[in-house]
Amino acid sequence: MDLVLFYVIGFVTLLAGAGVVSARNVVHAALFLLTSMAGVAAAFVLLYAEFLALVQVLIYGGAIVIVILFALMLTRHGEFQVTAEHRRWPVAAVASIALFGLLAASVVLDDRARGTDARVGVGINRLGAELFERWAVPFEIASILLLVAMIGAIVIARGGGSDEP
Amino acid sequence: MTLVHFQLLSAALFALGVYGVLARRSAVLVLISIELMLNAVNVNLVAWAAYNHFDKVTGLVIAVFVITVAAAEVALAFAIVLRLYRARGSVNVDEIDIMRG
Repeated sequence: MDLVLFYVIGFVTLLAGAGVVSARNVVHAALFLLTSMAGVAAAFVLLYAEFLALVQVLIYGGAIVIVILFALMLTRHGEFQVTAEHRRWPVAAVASIALFGLLAASVVLDDRARGTDARVGVGINRLGAELFERWAVPFEIASILLLVAMIGAIVIARGGGSDEP
Repeated sequence: MTLVHFQLLSAALFALGVYGVLARRSAVLVLISIELMLNAVNVNLVAWAAYNHFDKVTGLVIAVFVITVAAAEVALAFAIVLRLYRARGSVNVDEIDIMRG
């Protein structure tokens, strides 16, 4: 049962991922990204990581895709020139297929990855306690990073002085 | 369903993201492909954590940090794209050569 679910989720995620990198319409690409994120969230649920699935839907579905849609609306993407693939796209395809082959080979040949079907979940309580005890300093640094990124984004987007390069 | 399944899913997603970064011309679409790659990494981290191959909380915590960094990155990249669009009237990555020495 789990295996069937995994294949369905994986199929949807990868199909949506293929849509992301091949859609002609940029808004469609963003919506495919949303589908792909939802698929990844479902995979997190299969891995008993409910909190991360929740965060995935909230942050990616709720925030990042919206920001990307804003970026698409505020910039012109009408002409074919921009939405089309680079003319050397076959090179890119070969490179990414080669990368997948390399990764897949290393995964399949890795003995540690084989074997058990047993997955263990970590409760939200334990994750939260761990985040605020052992990982407290990185957590605070992450919050500073977010603050700096926010201020930086405002400063860059408002601009000042000349826009000439 | 073993760890291998999730790792293959992660590898396939990552390869799709790499293809998008290399083949797309719009800066925003390149950004979307980078998000795809970050997601693939998260699947890998959570899978390793769930199959208990290393300290099982660590994988989840690092995945949380990856999501945080992704959010910060998107905000900054959006600001840069907007600024670039205002300056050049285009977000085509082939035309952006301001930093060429």
